[in-house]
Amino acid sequence: MSVDIAIRKTLRGDARQFELDVRFASEHRRIVLFGPSGAGKSLTLRAIAGLLSPDAGHVRVDGRTLFDSAAGVDRPARERGVAYVFQDYALFPHLTVAQNIGFGLVRGWFNPSRREHDDRVRHWLDVFDLAGVANSYPSRISGGQRQRVAVARALVAEPRLVLLDEPFAALDPALRGRMRSELLALQQRLDLLMLVITHDPADVEALEGHTIALRDGRVCP
Amino acid sequence: MTDVGAIWVPLALSLKVALWATVINLVLGVVVAFGLSRWRSPAREMVDSVLTLPLVLPPTVLGYYLLVLLGRHGMLGRWLDGMGIHLVFTWQGAVIAATLVAFPLVQKAARAAFEAVDPQFEDAARVLGLREAAVFFRVSLPLAARGITAGALLAFARALGEFGATLMIAGNLPGRTQTLSVAIYAAVQAGDDRTAGIMVAVTSVTCVLALLLAGWLAPNPLRRTRS
Repeated sequence: MSVDIAIRKTLRGDARQFELDVRFASEHRRIVLFGPSGAGKSLTLRAIAGLLSPDAGHVRVDGRTLFDSAAGVDRPARERGVAYVFQDYALFPHLTVAQNIGFGLVRGWFNPSRREHDDRVRHWLDVFDLAGVANSYPSRISGGQRQRVAVARALVAEPRLVLLDEPFAALDPALRGRMRSELLALQQRLDLLMLVITHDPADVEALEGHTIALRDGRVCP
Repeated sequence: MTDVGAIWVPLALSLKVALWATVINLVLGVVVAFGLSRWRSPAREMVDSVLTLPLVLPPTVLGYYLLVLLGRHGMLGRWLDGMGIHLVFTWQGAVIAATLVAFPLVQKAARAAFEAVDPQFEDAARVLGLREAAVFFRVSLPLAARGITAGALLAFARALGEFGATLMIAGNLPGRTQTLSVAIYAAVQAGDDRTAGIMVAVTSVTCVLALLLAGWLAPNPLRRTRS
């Protein structure tokens, strides 16, 4: 199994509570979690990444156990080898494109240098045609470029699994089609293990992966 | 003729005291504010209220508390006395008074700045492999830096103008503890209106400059937008 997930989590709000109980396993390299907003897709993604602690269950990626309540395993997000592309990309506004991409390559208390770029950063700048905006800030580049920066930042450390939260929702429709095929081509070329969440049936169709439908916190049979 | 030294000496002392107070408050205020912004506890707002007290209590009351605490017979004072440290009637005592009075300005500004940082940036940093300390220094602190700097400038202006608590704990010793605002009071009492007038102008200009700088730094809606 490339991915084996069982997550139980009860979230209590002021008036209501939400029961998340998601179980699925897949051999596929492209997994699509599909469902309306409020189905628990983002919560599932956050639990896989280690940003949310489930009450019970397990998270296994490529045979590695990242979380297992029965065995008392809960690896922190920084050790999971799981990359996360946020819906609105969450690019650091105080850092340049190159610094954003190289962010995870240095682990100390200082951000990567503004001037000198790591070889791996230069590689991704070239792959995504971002060399021209390497020293620009995220607020100064286009939506498509922002998405590429977010994907490059996720891939630069060679993660075992890439999580993408509605990767095309922030793009205008014309760009959406192009970025879909770009991401699909990248996944195939690098044989990435990828888990995408979306509410858009067009994404499901374009990505041609193992689709898992989610509704009200559960996997639809 | 007004003696230049009569203005320069208290001005230099005021600047020294205000700078020290601001540096101490930057460290203290940022640490406390970050702690409060992340602390999930019902006691949080109560602690915040207590820490805001210096903003509303009369400075003379604060000065009195400091005397009780740090005076020769005070709880902390007796202990410090044993180590040969005397804070009452020294410029270091004035620094403590100015620090206490200006603390809420840094703490409040820093807390608001930390709470305005989108938690998603911190999550992104965690997923990218950073430890919590690195997340703080590389993401939270730089994103909150403007708000913190604005608070520090306000605190500097407040510390520069400190009068009541300073007079209580440091007194009015010309050349040693007589800060600008205390010197103004002394000059007016002595009928030296000309010296007092110049010192008032110098204080006003310095404070206005600090406030202008703070206003220019503080509200920056661009920083809050996600990119």
